[in-house]
Amino acid sequence: MRVVICRIHLKLRDIEFRATFDGVYDYAVRILCTYKRTSIRAYYRLKLLLFPGAKTTWSEKIEFIKMKSYRPIPVYRVLDRQGNVINPAEDPKLPEDIVIKMYKSMSLLNNVDKILYESQRQGRISFYMTNYGEEASHIGSAAALNNEDIIYGQYREVGVLIWRGFTLQQLVDQCYGNKDDIGKGRQMPVHYGSKELNFITISSPLSTQMPQAVGSAYTLKNTNQVVVCYFGEGAASEGDAHAAFNFAATLDCPVVLFCRNNGYAISTPIKEQYKGDGIAARGPSYGIHTLRVDGNDVFAVYNATKLAKEYAIKENKPLEIIPHQMIVLPTDLPSEIKQWTTNDYPVMKLRYYIEKRGLWDEDKEKEWMKKSRNDILNAFNAGEKKLKPKWTEMFNDVYKDIPSNILKQQDYMNKHAPYNKYYYSDLGSNPDTG
Amino acid sequence: MPLIRLWTRKWNGMKGFFIIGEEVAQYDGAYKITRGLWKKYGDKRVIDTPITEMGFTGIATGAAMAGLRPICEFMTFNFAMQAIDQIINSAGKTFYMSAGRVNVPIVFRGPNGAAAGVAAQHSQCYGAWYAHCPGLKVISPYSSEDCKGLLKAAIRDPDPVVFLENEILYGVQFTMSDQALSKDFVLPIGKAKIERPGKHITLVAHSNAVDIALQGAKILAGQGIEAEVINLRSLRPLDTEAIAKSVAKTNHLITVEQGWPTCGIGAEILARIMETETFFHLDQPAVRITGADVPMPYAKTLELAALPQGKDVAAAVKKLLKVK
Repeated sequence: MRVVICRIHLKLRDIEFRATFDGVYDYAVRILCTYKRTSIRAYYRLKLLLFPGAKTTWSEKIEFIKMKSYRPIPVYRVLDRQGNVINPAEDPKLPEDIVIKMYKSMSLLNNVDKILYESQRQGRISFYMTNYGEEASHIGSAAALNNEDIIYGQYREVGVLIWRGFTLQQLVDQCYGNKDDIGKGRQMPVHYGSKELNFITISSPLSTQMPQAVGSAYTLKNTNQVVVCYFGEGAASEGDAHAAFNFAATLDCPVVLFCRNNGYAISTPIKEQYKGDGIAARGPSYGIHTLRVDGNDVFAVYNATKLAKEYAIKENKPLEIIPHQMIVLPTDLPSEIKQWTTNDYPVMKLRYYIEKRGLWDEDKEKEWMKKSRNDILNAFNAGEKKLKPKWTEMFNDVYKDIPSNILKQQDYMNKHAPYNKYYYSDLGSNPDTG
Repeated sequence: MPLIRLWTRKWNGMKGFFIIGEEVAQYDGAYKITRGLWKKYGDKRVIDTPITEMGFTGIATGAAMAGLRPICEFMTFNFAMQAIDQIINSAGKTFYMSAGRVNVPIVFRGPNGAAAGVAAQHSQCYGAWYAHCPGLKVISPYSSEDCKGLLKAAIRDPDPVVFLENEILYGVQFTMSDQALSKDFVLPIGKAKIERPGKHITLVAHSNAVDIALQGAKILAGQGIEAEVINLRSLRPLDTEAIAKSVAKTNHLITVEQGWPTCGIGAEILARIMETETFFHLDQPAVRITGADVPMPYAKTLELAALPQGKDVAAAVKKLLKVK
């Protein structure tokens, strides 16, 4: 023991000289003044603390660190393309009802998209964002969380809401901004939100949810809740993304930063969005534990989110998960991407799995498809027929208490509206349809 | 879309010009305003960027400081909020702060103002925001002629110009005069245009609100009221002289805009009229017609009620003129 301490002592002196000569490490010299056990620990800390903010060592060889100096971060998966579990230890062994709920939610999502996207193309609603190819990301992550965990979405996370119990009618009512929309017809289509389900209302400007999510996570420190912040790889180009990463790390916030990487920022491919080993590689550089996951594999996303949540709560630290989805956004796809799309469709992968487990068959599929389509169409037809909100809704909620200037406006409108009945039907009906 | 034609014709031989923004190149721009430019001029002049408004606005501003003449496109001016520090604090003030040594010849352009069905965060007018700031020139065109003549002037201008287009007007076809179609057509910045002459009341508007004022004027014309409609074209400098001249003739003034009332363009015009001799020409207090003082709602009924319509203009004019 004594010998060991002596040797450490010598090394300590060596470093002490170096530190003194460099003249910047008062701190180092100070902690070297004692030779007790704490100083041995301090030595190890010191050895790595030669530079402010960097735990590293000296090098006498000039050498660039290149992109290829590191091994790219591997992609974690549970299932292969045919829905077989590759490593049995990684099988989350979810009960039958959960797996079926997963499959049903994922395939339902796809049907919701078909109808609402078509409705946007026909001009019935002004905006829509599809979730095709992102089903496993939504459902895998949602299933690993509780409804108490706070969700900050971007605009392609409707699966998380569906999993939490948001109804089809609520979805359609929001997209149509009708009188039953819980958002009172204020927000653009797909800007869902639900306080009861802890899903923060979607905000249009890109990436603003990221620092906000970190702020919410800050308030959840030392609780059993986490914040999950979804964002696209394109959104990671905004300055807000940097702020979120940095604050999440430095403030030790229990937040899971969940980057849905589908390869395209609307129509800009990733090669024009960033270089290097992607958004995943940024995690460790900010001091955030990171997992790169197959976003087409619902169990991989489930395991990753579950582990991330446990870690975030235990350690009060942020996590980054980067599922790589199927790429589906632009219509004109390069061939290698087309292949990725057809071979790795997440819903198909899960279907192979449940069929192999004997939980699903062609008849059940047909029955479910018929039912889910009917449910959506019913909600859609009902939602479209509902009246729009009454014009008086326009003046509420600008402030908590309506100030005099807005009351005056409301009063003026009250007198003005009957003057032009065609425009301002008191029933709140759509003037186009009478 | 006069902008496209202007560019495809004009860019040959111009030095230092380039357009930068999200999806301006391969995707032809979110509203197809830059259609065909990338194919014709290539990567050097038409540059797609990552989604970092603050970043590419800074890059464009820096390029302008170094002597190039960038045109910086925002998918919409709502996204320019991410980059407003670069526009106001850097582009707008560098000439002054460098004691006149470094000018920033840049055009910030993109759709502004109320669009359709895109609600609170995508449907608002930034005219008053930018017009507030010395160092910037602010243009808010209405017709194809305005776009062509003023974009050309903006590109040639040695100062930073904020060029506020309108998404709804992108889809409107305007007839262009032979003069406007000619190769050398250019409009001066800071000069308004009388879109419709009249003698009973002056309606002052910019951008899509010009259309609303014209609709109002049309309704009124059927009832024997001749409204003069002034298209401001520029918000900074503001053509107070044109307004004063018109008010001296009509003795009544109403401003029409889609933006909010508080500290708005209408508020500025009314204050200026109050400060000058023109005040004494008014037979009635001047009035502002603006968007409702609430964030833009999404539902069609609410959106319609939140924006002034032609009928509202007609009603306000009749109220002011005390005509039943």
